Order: sequence, then C-alpha cells, then structure tokens
Amino acid sequence: MRRPRFRTPGWGGALIDRRAALLGLAAVGGFLAVDIGAVLYAGGWVGGGGRLTPQTFLDGFQQVNGTHPGFRKNHAKGVVVAGHFDSNGSGAELTRAAIFQTGRTPVVGRFSLAGGNPNVSDATAAVRGLGLAFGFPGGEQWRVAMLNLPVFLDNSPQGFFDRLLASKPLPDTGKPDPSAMTRFLAAHPETARAMALAKQQPPTRGFSDSCYRGLNAFYFVSASGARTPVRWALAPVPPAPSAVAALSGPNGLFDDLVRHLRSGRLQWKLLVTIGAPSDPVSDATIAWPDDRRVVDTGTVTLDSVNTERAGNARDLNFDPLVLPDGIEPSADPLLSARSAVYAASFRRRSGEPAGAPAVDVDEVSL
Amino acid sequence: MNIVLGDNTAPTPQQFTRLTRILHWLSAVLVFTMLLVGFVMVNSLGDYATLVRFHKTLGVLVLAIVVVRIANRLTHRAPTLPATVGRLERLAVAVSEVALYALLLAQPLVGWAMVSTSGTPVILFGSFQLPAIAPVDAGLYSALRTTHSLLAYALVVIIAAHVCAVLLHSVTLRDGMLRRMTFRHGKSPATAPKS
Repeated sequence: MRRPRFRTPGWGGALIDRRAALLGLAAVGGFLAVDIGAVLYAGGWVGGGGRLTPQTFLDGFQQVNGTHPGFRKNHAKGVVVAGHFDSNGSGAELTRAAIFQTGRTPVVGRFSLAGGNPNVSDATAAVRGLGLAFGFPGGEQWRVAMLNLPVFLDNSPQGFFDRLLASKPLPDTGKPDPSAMTRFLAAHPETARAMALAKQQPPTRGFSDSCYRGLNAFYFVSASGARTPVRWALAPVPPAPSAVAALSGPNGLFDDLVRHLRSGRLQWKLLVTIGAPSDPVSDATIAWPDDRRVVDTGTVTLDSVNTERAGNARDLNFDPLVLPDGIEPSADPLLSARSAVYAASFRRRSGEPAGAPAVDVDEVSL
Repeated sequence: MNIVLGDNTAPTPQQFTRLTRILHWLSAVLVFTMLLVGFVMVNSLGDYATLVRFHKTLGVLVLAIVVVRIANRLTHRAPTLPATVGRLERLAVAVSEVALYALLLAQPLVGWAMVSTSGTPVILFGSFQLPAIAPVDAGLYSALRTTHSLLAYALVVIIAAHVCAVLLHSVTLRDGMLRRMTFRHGKSPATAPKS
C-alpha cells in the first residue's frame, strides 16, 4: 500500500508520509502535555486550589490592611536602629556560632508595630516587634524577628492566616467582627490559651522597657556537635525614666523610643532558655516551664536611631532562617512559613515605589 | 574527538563525544529539576526553607557544569547536522544553541547575584558558603528577582522547542537526530532518510 507522501522544502526536501507526520505530532503533543502540565502544576496555576501560599498571605494582608506600596506587608510601621552585641562567652558552650564567642558583633535592627498599616496610631496594646541582624552584611549573620509576647498566638500557618482574616475590621464599625473572632477561637483553642497567657503579662510602658522573645524554638549546636533546644529573649536593662511622662500622639511609642536613643542608649540582656527533652519545639503557643535553665549570653546595646530609608534596615528582611553555623531551625512549621512569606513580602515591596514612613526621627522633639 | 562510525549504510549521523553526551543529559535532568523546584518553592510554606537550600546548592552545580560545557563546546566541533535540516532551520539551530547556553549560564549567575543583593549569605547544604557577587541593594534585588523568573520562563520555552524539534526530526523524518545524543551505538540507523 502506498501512503501519500509530502515533500518538505524546509527539511532538506525530505519525504514524509502521513503516518510519520501524525506520529511526530503525537510525540510532540505528548511531551508538551507532560511538560506544560508539570510546569503549571508546580507553579500552582492548576491543581493548587485552597493551598496556602506566600501569595495567599500577601493577599490576606492587603485585604485586611489595604494597599501600602513599598512598606512591609506586616509590621509596616517602624524605625531603624543600630548598635552592637557584647557576648560574654557564656553561650559558647552551647553553640559554635562566632557571635557567641567572647567579643563584639555589630547589630542593625528595626522596631515595629504589628499590622500592615504603616500609618496606624500607636497604641499600648499593639504588639511590638524587634528585628535584629547580627553581623550584617557578613557571611555569619544571625537574623531574629521577635515580639513582646510570652508566646506566639498561633502554632500553624493556617492558624495565623485564619486569625488574620478574623481580625479584619468591619467597614461600618472599624472594629473586627466579634463573632468571627469567637468562631476562630473555638476552632483554635491553642490561640485562645496563648491569648490568655499573653493577657497575664500586660505590655510595658514602651519599646524601651519591653521584653522581646524569639518565640520559635531553635537548636544551638556546639563545637562537638551537641544539639540543644533553645528559645531566646531580650530582657530590658531598665532605662532611665523618660522625661516625658505620658506617651501621647499618633507616634507616642516611637517618639519615646527615638528620644531614648538620641539622648543615650538602650540595653537588653540576651537570655537563652534551654529546653528539656519534654519541652515542645514545634509549638510556639506553649510556654516552656519557668524553671528551665537560662543562660545570660551578653548584652545588646542600641545607640542610634534612623528614619526608614533606602539602604538601611528598611531594606532588610528579618528572615528567621538566616542563621550562622551553630544555630539550626527546629521543626516548628512556622519557621519555614515565616521565611517564605517574608521573602514574598520583601520581593513585593522592593519593587514598589516607597511611601514616606510615619515615623520621621528628625521630627521628634527632644 | 570520539566519532562513532556506523557501518557502510550511510548516512549515519555522527554522535557527540561521550563527555558531551554525559554533560548534556546530566544538565537536562538538573535543569528540569531546578525549574520544577523553583516553581514549587515560591508557592510553598512548609517546604520553602528546604527547597530554597536545595535550589541554591543545585544551582551552583548547574553553573559549574555549564562552564565546563561551554569550554567543551568551544573546543569540540558539533557533529554535522543531518541533511533533513534545511537552511532556515540551520540558522534556528545555531541561534537557539547560543541562546540556550547563554540562558543556562545567566540563570544561576542572576540567582547568585540576586541573593547577594538581598544581603543574605549564600549558604548551601553542609553550611558551605559562597561570597557575595553583587552589592546589597533592594532596588537591584527587585530587578534581578524579576529577571530570574523571566529567564526561568524563557528556559521552559526554549527547552520545550528544543525537545519538540528533536522529536519531530527523530519520529517524523527518522533522520536519527536523537541518536547523536544517546548512548546506543554500533548499529546502523533503522531508517535512513530517503530522497
């Protein structure tokens, strides 16, 4: 049987028959189906319905807080600080990280208030954040992002996301829907317990006398390879009372911090709590017992403060998984999720034109 | 150059050297893995940290292999193309080969520079660390991060075109195109193109 043949001028005049042409097209079609299918699935364009992604979090922050180009999508309001960490060497038995050898490491950081609105008025009850980068921009960096809470309020990315949506202010009242939060807490008893624990420790007067905690557990790895579960905290060395008695105005908390740092310095003890084998390392809503050994590893001194601007800690991603050799992440699912969402937020805002930050250090009267 | 000669039922397409073929298939597997891991990791939460470290480590491996491949390509002539590759297609082959090498070289370098501009140390598995190759600059980070995605899409497209062209030649024209890069040899081609 003779099959029809086609001459192909583009292919050197080769002759092909219909069967060969169809086979070729089938091969190409099969390959493309697998190839494009794999790419679409991997990229989440198909088959990713309902899956939480970093993008979902950015959309959630935008839904709750509105659009604020150039700012962090959470902890949007902040001010930049710098100083150093003087290690007393006590941490060196637990970790081989160079930062914990006796000596000084430069530190840059940022104080912030939780929430994605960069123009929010300061409130004593707002959660305060402190991000620090030890040894930036060197190779052995340690970045931490801490809060003035005794425990974190969620133990899973889904819990955080659901709490975010439940806290969305209603358009008519400007306050979250109480029934949404009730429903959320009923579904997340771990958050209800964590909130009760947080209530027992009312916030201090301001940024300068707050205790900031890393909340998630990590491992310190010693020179001999021994792994110790740890949580860290910055305990304030109480500063001299501020000249201004009451913190007032939309930037009251930040103004007080700026005054402290312009007239002197602020210090915190870097305390490392050692977990027992029974202590949870994967659930940041559960406090470790009070009787755990605490190692005072040295003092963080902050002595300069700056308005957020290009090139300073505004452009720093306080990714909790930027760790030096000698510190390793625990299996806490929040760590990888924080790293992913912070990276997505950093990518987004670094490509946006930056707005003027609410806290301008030069406008704060002494 | 290790030219594998068939028997006398010419035209037997010449093969690439054994080293070239090993490097080709090694990079094919690595690059395909890298693209998939890259697309997955930017959408993941729980596996993000592990995938990123894997991606960085493999990226350095790809860079090293591509540098070796470029040196290898510059010092070895490619075997002649079958007669079924027309004049226009010859041009397309030449242009796409250069484009593919350029993309494979640029992509890991852009990734490395991108991490550098974010001020994050470039740490691979085993705490192995690379130096920064670009200044810390958020604006530059943004541009490089976007470029990294665009280059990934370009790689997907050009690799797909490359595979489709080889499949059409091998299946429809039966000119032994794929055989130039495979490890089966010593036999004459089953079907030589007749004209």
